[in-house]
Amino acid sequence: MSSSPTKPLPRWIDVGLVPILNIVIALLVSGLIIFIIGEDPWDAVQIMAYGALGFDEGIGFTLYYMTNFIFTGLAVAIAFHTGLFNIGGEGQAYIGGLGVGLCLLVLDTALPIWILMPLCILVSGMFGAAWAAIPAYLQAYRGSHIVITTIMFNFIASALMVYLMVNWLIKPGQMSPQSVTFADQSHLPFMSEVFAWFGMEIAQTPLNITVFWALFCCIALWAFIWRTKWGFETRAVGHNEPAAVYGGVDPKRTIMVAMLISGGLAGFVGLNEIMGVHHKLLLNFQLGYGFTGIAVALMGRNHPFGIILASLLFGILYQGGAELAFEMPKITREMVVTIQGLVILFSGALAYMSVPWVSKVYNILAADKPVPAEGEA
Amino acid sequence: MKHFLKTASAAAVLLASFSASAADIKPSVVFDMGGKFDKSFNEGVYNGLEKFKSETGIKYREFEVTNEAQREQAIRRMAKRGSDIVLGIGFAQNDALAKVAGEYPNAKFAIIDGWATGPNIQAIGFKEHEGSFLVGMVAALKSKTGVVGFVGGMDIPLIRRFACGYVQGAKHANSGVKVIQNMTGTTPSAWNDPSRGGELTKGQFAQGADVVFAAAGGTGVGVYQAAKDAGKFAIGVDSNQNHLHPGTMLTSMIKRVDVAAYNTFMDVKKGTWEAKSRYLGLAEDGVGWAIDKHNRALISADMESKVEAARMAIIAGKIKVHDYMNGNKCNM
Repeated sequence: MSSSPTKPLPRWIDVGLVPILNIVIALLVSGLIIFIIGEDPWDAVQIMAYGALGFDEGIGFTLYYMTNFIFTGLAVAIAFHTGLFNIGGEGQAYIGGLGVGLCLLVLDTALPIWILMPLCILVSGMFGAAWAAIPAYLQAYRGSHIVITTIMFNFIASALMVYLMVNWLIKPGQMSPQSVTFADQSHLPFMSEVFAWFGMEIAQTPLNITVFWALFCCIALWAFIWRTKWGFETRAVGHNEPAAVYGGVDPKRTIMVAMLISGGLAGFVGLNEIMGVHHKLLLNFQLGYGFTGIAVALMGRNHPFGIILASLLFGILYQGGAELAFEMPKITREMVVTIQGLVILFSGALAYMSVPWVSKVYNILAADKPVPAEGEA
Repeated sequence: MKHFLKTASAAAVLLASFSASAADIKPSVVFDMGGKFDKSFNEGVYNGLEKFKSETGIKYREFEVTNEAQREQAIRRMAKRGSDIVLGIGFAQNDALAKVAGEYPNAKFAIIDGWATGPNIQAIGFKEHEGSFLVGMVAALKSKTGVVGFVGGMDIPLIRRFACGYVQGAKHANSGVKVIQNMTGTTPSAWNDPSRGGELTKGQFAQGADVVFAAAGGTGVGVYQAAKDAGKFAIGVDSNQNHLHPGTMLTSMIKRVDVAAYNTFMDVKKGTWEAKSRYLGLAEDGVGWAIDKHNRALISADMESKVEAARMAIIAGKIKVHDYMNGNKCNM
């Protein structure tokens, strides 16, 4: 009946159906564009899906991208919970990688891998956190807006990296600004190597065991935000700072804690890239992951498990997009960025656009059924 | 799935038609992050390959990388698809190409601006310092103020090599000349930031410069515009860019990546390709300075003869242009 009050959407529709609907809308619009430029949209979707998930190499790349997106997505999310917008993931990832690189340049042969691994996790996190600490301090104690300072720190990070790579860390006798390759024993095992231990053969991809660390970080961050006192404090500050102060929370300290964690998480991108994939220090390994992390966090609703799904989706878009550019000559990489942009637009910026329609349909459908007991009285 | 099969079978038919004509080769190219329409380095390659395509009717496979990991992925994919020649563009692809070349010993690999060696690798380098030396001379000879400028993209060794050659040339022509150097940025966007290029150029003009050489990819467009607006001179890079603003484009330091790319595919087609590194300088016409109808009026006979004399002297080995890569420093 039209006079009955609208029921709130059940959770499975809010966090399940609506995001899927948004992606479908984005794909439909993308399909229209692909149709206009003269390719078959259905083929394009199949190439993307097959390219990202259809064979071992595609899956490897998809999960490799996912690993980076999880780190930067979590970094943005923890800051969001404190009411901060950390745009500095890019720089924090860069410096995190620098930390790993310096550590391995010195110690790659001196220590066994089982010591290097925790050490590099620690170092990448600490370097990333240190890079976030200055903007965090300026925000907490000096009132400088963190959006401005973190974005500036991205540029400072890249300037520092170029300076170090070109003048000090470059491998002599060649042109590319990259360091010497670390000793073999210091590399994180690729997943293809891990599978080989069990006698299974999969294609070699950049996917390495950092992906497990990423998943562990999701669980740890979930526990931190919803199961610890500090997590409660970050959420309190994020929701209502005066109320948090009234409740005895020190917002300055909370901002520092949240941003250090945020920077550390972003720094783990450096772990994945430098210790896991490239095995040498180089420029621009972090390119784009920090910024895409913002979209990942938005789409994942700042929840670690949502971020896993969103990261997987972006991994699919990245890898599937590359396959698309490879297979369809008319689809350039700019087209791929357009498709990615549409997905971000519909699932991030316009995430709630479809909610009123879904709500209307749901109310029509649900009107026939008796009102559930837990519904509004 | 049906559509997919259709595509696959269409590809198979295409493949069959490829192998039907024995002379046809399957070439492929992996552009770097700048993208094939960067108005500079990658686009030079693109133009060379388009020429190859229009002359021979042979299509080539292409990919533009967007992140570090894709370089190796794309090169390997090209090799896996049975490309006869995989052409990598830019020094950043060197290691990835060398690695994949080891995995596919029967395919041929070439890299522009790389230095990898192997039984199936051809590395093509350019002596950018020699070409930059000549345009440095042109700049110093043209300058009335005795101050010339240089705008680079990123502060990387390759660009320092341009700058080092440029400074040497300028000092060779006029030992009292002052050279102002600026780099555009520290991220890859520095290769495509015309507005920053324009600002830097205006800054250099304000410091007294009246000729500015840009070695900054797409950023150069802003440099040339600023020179035109101020009625001063700019020097183009990589392609012959004299035509962009006739009257204020003094000359261009040309680096013939288009010819290198074209020749690579052509050599493979003709069967004359060799896995031998080539290092192209003034003597091989790999680099040079451009005079055409657009800048003829700006170059006096005296200037031209001096620069040409230096060119011959460099080719003859009488003038040694120091290469920044030699010891990673510029002794100027």
